[in-house]
Amino acid sequence: MNNPDPANNLFNNTSDFDVEKVRADFPILEQQVHGKPLVYLDNAATAQKPKQVIEVLDTYYRETNSNIHRGVHSLSEKATAEYEAARNKVKEFVNAASTKEIVFVRGATEAINLVAQSFGRNTLMADDEIIITELEHHSNIVPWQILSEQTGATLKFIPINDAGELMLEEYEKLLNNKTRIVAVGHISNALGTINPIKTIIDKAHAVGAKVLVDGAQAVPHTKVDVTELDCDFYVFSGHKLFGPTGIGVLYGKEALLESMPPYQGGGDMIQMVSMKKSTYNSLPYKFEAGTPHIAGVIGLGAAIDYVDELGLDSAAQYEHELLVYANEQASLVSGLNLVGTAKNKTSILSFTLDGIHPHDIGTILDGEGVAIRAGHHCAMPVMERFNIPATARASFAFYNTREEIDALIKAIDKCKKVFN
Amino acid sequence: MFDIKDLYQEVIVDHNRSPRNFGKMEDADTTLEGFNPLCGDKLTLYIKTDDNKISDISFDGSGCAISVASASLMTDAMKGISLDEAETLFNEFHNLVTTDDDYDVDRLGKLAALAGVKDYPARVKCASLCWHTLHSALQGESTPVRTE
Repeated sequence: MNNPDPANNLFNNTSDFDVEKVRADFPILEQQVHGKPLVYLDNAATAQKPKQVIEVLDTYYRETNSNIHRGVHSLSEKATAEYEAARNKVKEFVNAASTKEIVFVRGATEAINLVAQSFGRNTLMADDEIIITELEHHSNIVPWQILSEQTGATLKFIPINDAGELMLEEYEKLLNNKTRIVAVGHISNALGTINPIKTIIDKAHAVGAKVLVDGAQAVPHTKVDVTELDCDFYVFSGHKLFGPTGIGVLYGKEALLESMPPYQGGGDMIQMVSMKKSTYNSLPYKFEAGTPHIAGVIGLGAAIDYVDELGLDSAAQYEHELLVYANEQASLVSGLNLVGTAKNKTSILSFTLDGIHPHDIGTILDGEGVAIRAGHHCAMPVMERFNIPATARASFAFYNTREEIDALIKAIDKCKKVFN
Repeated sequence: MFDIKDLYQEVIVDHNRSPRNFGKMEDADTTLEGFNPLCGDKLTLYIKTDDNKISDISFDGSGCAISVASASLMTDAMKGISLDEAETLFNEFHNLVTTDDDYDVDRLGKLAALAGVKDYPARVKCASLCWHTLHSALQGESTPVRTE
């Protein structure tokens, strides 16, 4: 994944992307809201689920439900096999070297906290430094702030320019032999900026730092290859990848995970427990204490099957065309200001309207059936950088259409009429 | 029939565009901040009291149309009334935006324009932030008010 910019594929023929066929897989999209067809443009918050995922969850609870890794009965063996098969799908999906490197967690947030507490807290000293960026979601800020309070390590931020792109020359100035951890989002949830993570990873490794990549916004839009990236940790959530909520993935290099102490204690993560001491299970089970979200894992596996079948490359290409169209249409709206205009970006349109607060935009758009997000998008430092309290954010998925963008633009006109 | 104008009535649009009693009051007796961390709405209330009456009141800050209009309408309604009446109005307004109970249009006056908020649970906090801030200020509290 040297070049995640879908724009490089602009000349590919994508006429074979049949969006109507794709939409038929998503039952939720058929409904009306306030008497108008639902136009779901809040995909960066959570994506909708195809019936292929919903049916797998339904079948699991109807036919397979059982606890894993311990029963000798048939249902338990079947549930265990499906759970571990899903782990293998994730391994293939991100091109990890081994299923030992795939740990199931509740979501990207838990994965980052796990790394901060298990890896960070046990290796960082008071003089050490952590580098993150101004673009991060709160989930990739707060765990590092907590870690820095616990260890005395210093937290530094890579600044962004007016387009919402990381300033790599500033990053280079922040790096030094005290840098222990660099944590960076692959794609910004607030602005859609695609960060040059390969460059960031290589430069961090040059000073001996470990790198965590928050891929929550990236996996639905771009093929990720952790081996090629050579990142030390890569995290994402299932629900943004058309899978269930409450399930996420921590990828970590095996040797690193091996060196890290458990994050939580409990059942399934042990080999032997006595009153005096316990010995821990091998990877990845060492980090999966307690009964996991079995249905969620199997549902995530089904979601990966779905996007594999669909082809992320052609989907990303289609989404890029939607973004180009949305940008064109938005630029014709007087009083609309785009926030985040990075050269490399995914299908996120963050904007403000002169004289109209984003929350009012969100409510009025909802009245037109158009679901967007209004607020700080859990990225308050980004809002501070642009000196705005909030933005309205439309985020697209491969099941969105040009007609839906037209509906968005029409609803924005309605906002202006209400406040005129 | 759903109509967004039930929420964004002319009175609200007008008070958002030209908020009344807007601006810092240098010689206020009581100053209190209100903050909604969820959406970032921020306001500061400035109150002058005299003989158990609100003799003057103003606000500044930033927020959505609902929160700005609500603060504008509230400060208009509060000028010159007694502290007891202010407390009564606080309760009546709370009922207006959170319940389906009947309300007295004559008493509430223009404030009744905010009745539509109750159909938008996510927006009730926007309308009530200034009211909770006023309530706390009149109770003599000094820690900033937060609604979530």
